[in-house]
Amino acid sequence: MFDLDKWNEIFITISKNKLRTFLTAFSVAWGIFMLMILLGFGTGMSHGIEYDFKEDAINSIWVFPGQISKPYKGMKPGRNVIFHNEDVKNARRNSPQVDHATGQFYAWGEYTVRYKKKYASYNMRGVDPDFQFIENHIVDKGRYINQLDIAQRRKVAVIGSKVEEGLYEPNEDPIGTWIDVGNIKYRVVGVYKDTGGEGEMRKIFVPITTAQLAYNGQNRIHAMMFTVGDASAKESEKIADKILNDLATKYKFDPEDARAIHIWNAMEEYQRFANLMVGIKFFLWIVGIGTIIAGIVGVSNIMLIIIKDRTREIGIRKALGATPASIIGLFLQEAIFITMVAGYIGLISGIGLLEFIKWALIEFEVDAPYFKDPEVNLSTAIGATILLVIAGAVAGYMPAHKAAKVNPIVALREE
Amino acid sequence: MIELKKIHKSYQVGNHQLQVLKGIDMFIGSGELVSVMGSSGSGKSTLLNILGILDDYDSGAYHLDGTIIQNLTEKKAAYYRNQFIGFVFQSFNLLSFKNAMENVALPLYYQKVSRKKRNKIALEYLEMVGLKEWAEHLPYELSGGQKQRVAIARALISNPKIILADEPTGALDSTTSLEVMDIFRQVNKKGITVIIVTHEDDIAHKTDKIIRLHDGQIVDSEGMR
Repeated sequence: MFDLDKWNEIFITISKNKLRTFLTAFSVAWGIFMLMILLGFGTGMSHGIEYDFKEDAINSIWVFPGQISKPYKGMKPGRNVIFHNEDVKNARRNSPQVDHATGQFYAWGEYTVRYKKKYASYNMRGVDPDFQFIENHIVDKGRYINQLDIAQRRKVAVIGSKVEEGLYEPNEDPIGTWIDVGNIKYRVVGVYKDTGGEGEMRKIFVPITTAQLAYNGQNRIHAMMFTVGDASAKESEKIADKILNDLATKYKFDPEDARAIHIWNAMEEYQRFANLMVGIKFFLWIVGIGTIIAGIVGVSNIMLIIIKDRTREIGIRKALGATPASIIGLFLQEAIFITMVAGYIGLISGIGLLEFIKWALIEFEVDAPYFKDPEVNLSTAIGATILLVIAGAVAGYMPAHKAAKVNPIVALREE
Repeated sequence: MIELKKIHKSYQVGNHQLQVLKGIDMFIGSGELVSVMGSSGSGKSTLLNILGILDDYDSGAYHLDGTIIQNLTEKKAAYYRNQFIGFVFQSFNLLSFKNAMENVALPLYYQKVSRKKRNKIALEYLEMVGLKEWAEHLPYELSGGQKQRVAIARALISNPKIILADEPTGALDSTTSLEVMDIFRQVNKKGITVIIVTHEDDIAHKTDKIIRLHDGQIVDSEGMR
């Protein structure tokens, strides 16, 4: 296989025909390069989508009350639906797949929050302990709201890390301190972080029962959230339907009434994006394969030209005793060598550019929506390169085979 | 050395067959210096192709050094060409991207002689044709006569039994032509059969025997001495 003399022959012909070699190499390198970029961007988009969904559990269902807009069983439209504590419990009981459930009580508007001599305005909400899992809150310091807080209606608060930054000195520990929210004092028991952005970390959460007591909410709640474990998109849709129907029965509205309550199913939303991603990836593959085919056509075209160009040389070599196999071998080995080197260059530069983009996105903190960490599966990349090399060899074989059959005298008369 | 019996060869030209060789009988002994003459269209190039195993013939028999040359595979034909025959062409046909030494060495590449060894042998042959100092030069740096001498060195390097030269002086001036003919004569003296195809009388008269072709048949075969 490794015939130094043959390689020497090949290197000589390559170095004597730089432009031709460059053109062949370029079409191959470009094909691989474009494929890498396309696939890389495809992965980047799917990473981006996955990341943007990370802020909330992707298996969550959110339920908000609305205003009844259709007459139902003789009752006029226009009534407001109001949820209560037991609705959360009912949903949990009626749908075994619901693993986390919480109500939310909004203390409407922003509250001026004071700690020592610092003031700032933040939103405040009453929630259940399960809220942590639905919002994917990461406890940074202390603890989250627990069942005891709920049961005893404790005046405790969990604050976002941006709230901590706003109210406390950098080296100050907020745990155990008291903050003043609209003249009610709460003891800070924890600090949380959220990947969903800074806005999500500018909130204060208190036990839902405490909030209902403090802001005259009785047992009313403003929203409900559930997670449905590892249910599929279809199952989670079923659960959402079940919740809707139960609420419709209880609050007496038409389940078809789109404005009575609003249900947002993250799973469904995610599934929609996931399907879109499959479509985009499929499209990128088609474009990529198209580029590869263009590369192959380029290689075979150039091989045709090369062989046309070197017909006289083939004639001379044959007259001097070259066998057809050695002629084919010479051209084929040259083609494979060029495609391999070029493919490798395309591969490296494509991956290099993707790595650079990845680095730049992080380094300059570019907030590209739905785009993150572009990268290429290495085995896909190498597979594509090998495919192109093989295709290049096949494309080169046809004209080489034809050339080897040339009658030397005909070849030598070729001008 | 060479024995042709009733060689026929025709080409398809458009819709009809064109008879190029119409029964050639020929004998060339070992160590002869022979010229083949004929006007264009007489079939001399076709005859040379058949002699050089570059083309097949339709009927008849061709014996080269006692071996019948017939229906050879491409590989076998390549082997015989490499072992028995050295070619010299009118337009030299040197590879433009190889220097004189590499051009001369090329037939040995196909005999799988190592690079170092074949370049050494090539230098010896270049010395023989008086071009040792030009070994590293590319063909475009050489004059026509020098190129043809390189081509002759290349034809000789594989130690062939026959040299086939197709109008070897066609592209050279008369002085250079004579020099080239002198080299052929020296080669012939070493016992190699040399066959020169030409249309120039003075070149033909420097050989020992002239075979005249006309219209695909041998019309005359005369000894010069």
